[in-house]
Amino acid sequence: ADFPDLSKHHNIMKNHLTPGVYAQLRDRVTPNGITLDQCIQTGVDNPGHPFIKIVGLVAGDEESYETFKELFYPVIKERHNGYDPETMVHPIDLDPSKLAGGKLDEKYVLSSRVRTGRAIRGIPHPPMCSRAERREVERVVTDALQGLPKDLEGKYYSLKTMTDKEQDQLIDDHFLFDKPVSPLLTSAGMARDWPDGRGIFHNDKKNFLVWINEEDHSRIISMEKGGNMKSVFERFCRGINEVEKLIQEKGWEFQKSENLGYILTCPSNIGNGLRCGVHVKLPKLSQEPKFNEILEKLRLQKRGTGGVDTAAVGGTFDISNLDRLGKSEVQLVQEVVDGVSLMIDMEKKLEKRQSIQHLIPK
Amino acid sequence: MPTDKKVETDINYPDLEKHNNWMSKCLTPAVYTKLKNRKTPSGYSLDKCIQTGVDNPGHPFIMTVGLVAGDEETYSTFSELFDPVISGRHGGYPANAKHTTDLDATHLRGGDNLDPKYVLSSRVRTGRSVRGLALPPWCTRGERRKTEKIITEALSALDGPLKGNYYPLTGMTEETQDKLIDDHFLFDKPVSPLLTSSGMARDWPDARGIWHNDAKNFLVWVNEEDHMRIISMEKGGNMKAVFQRFCDGLQKVEATISSNGHSFMWNQHLGYILTCPSNLGTGLRGGVHLKVPLLSKHKKFDDILSKMRLQKRGTGGVDTASTDGTFDISNLDRLGSSEVSQVQCVIDGVETLIQMEKRLEQKKSIDDLIPKETKSNKTTTVAVRFHFH
Repeated sequence: ADFPDLSKHHNIMKNHLTPGVYAQLRDRVTPNGITLDQCIQTGVDNPGHPFIKIVGLVAGDEESYETFKELFYPVIKERHNGYDPETMVHPIDLDPSKLAGGKLDEKYVLSSRVRTGRAIRGIPHPPMCSRAERREVERVVTDALQGLPKDLEGKYYSLKTMTDKEQDQLIDDHFLFDKPVSPLLTSAGMARDWPDGRGIFHNDKKNFLVWINEEDHSRIISMEKGGNMKSVFERFCRGINEVEKLIQEKGWEFQKSENLGYILTCPSNIGNGLRCGVHVKLPKLSQEPKFNEILEKLRLQKRGTGGVDTAAVGGTFDISNLDRLGKSEVQLVQEVVDGVSLMIDMEKKLEKRQSIQHLIPK
Repeated sequence: MPTDKKVETDINYPDLEKHNNWMSKCLTPAVYTKLKNRKTPSGYSLDKCIQTGVDNPGHPFIMTVGLVAGDEETYSTFSELFDPVISGRHGGYPANAKHTTDLDATHLRGGDNLDPKYVLSSRVRTGRSVRGLALPPWCTRGERRKTEKIITEALSALDGPLKGNYYPLTGMTEETQDKLIDDHFLFDKPVSPLLTSSGMARDWPDARGIWHNDAKNFLVWVNEEDHMRIISMEKGGNMKAVFQRFCDGLQKVEATISSNGHSFMWNQHLGYILTCPSNLGTGLRGGVHLKVPLLSKHKKFDDILSKMRLQKRGTGGVDTASTDGTFDISNLDRLGSSEVSQVQCVIDGVETLIQMEKRLEQKKSIDDLIPKETKSNKTTTVAVRFHFH
């Protein structure tokens, strides 16, 4: 009687939530009291689109992945290109010296960015956390950020107490995140009590920033204008390793497991939670009928320049890695660097009205 | 505003500093601490009740309630918060007060010919909840579907001028949809954050639907903001006919539901129980779409409405803005007065507002028409009468 009507739905959750699985899982709860219905609500409320494959499921806490593994594991397997959490181990590699190349053509690449997320062990995720728990995350992370070394030193701006002037500055810097409006996010409950417990940290150089309590407990972002992905990745690794060390000194840990890597709210972000991307101008290539196929073969994903669930403007796309789980950070950044270089070559060929057939990956 | 010392404030207490709703006025840290671990028998908690009020600090036109009920027992389980909110929202309501029901349309005076040059349409709605099933913010899919079944079975028993059909939102054809939109019957998935924050849009459009009679002047919404909303409406200013049909239909539906072994949530003190505390009592919103472009720009417009115990909304319903000086004008009160007296209040008030608009058209003063004191909102208390010239 409670099984959701998923007949019009196109998301990964729907592909694996059979009445049998639902019946098996519906009365289970995680140690934090989280239920299956809470995890799937976003997928029920947002039927999805036949072209865009969304997950349709969130983890209310770290334990959701195991408590409801009969659903989460097959969803993970489908979303992460066959990665099997039952048998596989996820590799971690935050050594930037292993990256080959990494300086992209700035005539096409407007900006470069690497982000990941980290969740604090013992506290439920943004869809389900209480106000007290959210405030605790804010405290733990901001405490740690105070101890960062010189070039990463900076200031925390709480969304609640931010002045109008600070707000305008953060908007100009493209740092400020808004209260989520996408129903993909709001249906999951992560916008509750906004803006309580939310804030932004950035270093004085404005190329390393941390979001607190947006879609995950924390999002760590390294970015700069232009195409020097190597520099962005180096700073990213250094920053995140420092933050982890500082949190551990106070007795806290990041949510992590051998088979799932770093644990985050959305099953699409587990593993390394890494999205490495560029804003790149590909007005000709993006009009090619094979554009989407090329992206898929390169294991890349396109988004509009406003982030998830936005549209592209003027042939400028946000291009990033599709995969998260089963490949290390170094591997994924390498794939983006190589893939974007190739697409720039294609764009150049198209500018000269030359064929790109031989460049298309098999 | 909370005055308790910081040391007493629970770590989970919401930050209500920028808030202006009834919940934020009444939820002191002490009340929060007292209620935070309680749950209703179905598991509904205080934090869930108040989520909409925490997420929506205020509204430009309406002093919102900022609180919802997940089930019938919410009102008693969290009475330390709900009672003061109810009293505040309903203009004072003592703990021992009894609510009056009067669904006899013959008790109405006038109201059959409000000037159609100003009154574009007339409408009366109320809500009802099926006892034993959780309310829209909290119900499971299974419960929502059960509610739909109980209500639609009862509606299928209506005949004569009330005979009609049910159109579930799931699987509705585009043709049906367009028709219902043209008739101004179709309700949308709520987008107002006042509603979505409370969780009532979950699983949309599962188990939601619209029923209407063949004459298209009596309709029922299933599982929108409440289990059931019953609406009687027509173009023009014959509020009396609208109310007559309303009372008729409502009583027939109640009779059928009873004979099928179900009942409506109701008690002597709070009247009919609905999701939002603002709709307790009669749950009745009787109103007109009123074209008053001159009066609505008058600096005393809001004050006049307030004194008449009337409320304005945009013509799209709650949380919308007015276009071209046409407003939805309806009764403010629901609890402590009967259906008849509330509709009477709208009729009398609208007659005066029309008079005022006519005066302004002739560039004459309206000062003598402005009520001197606020109309009494209680049928059980002694009314302070004021006279119009």
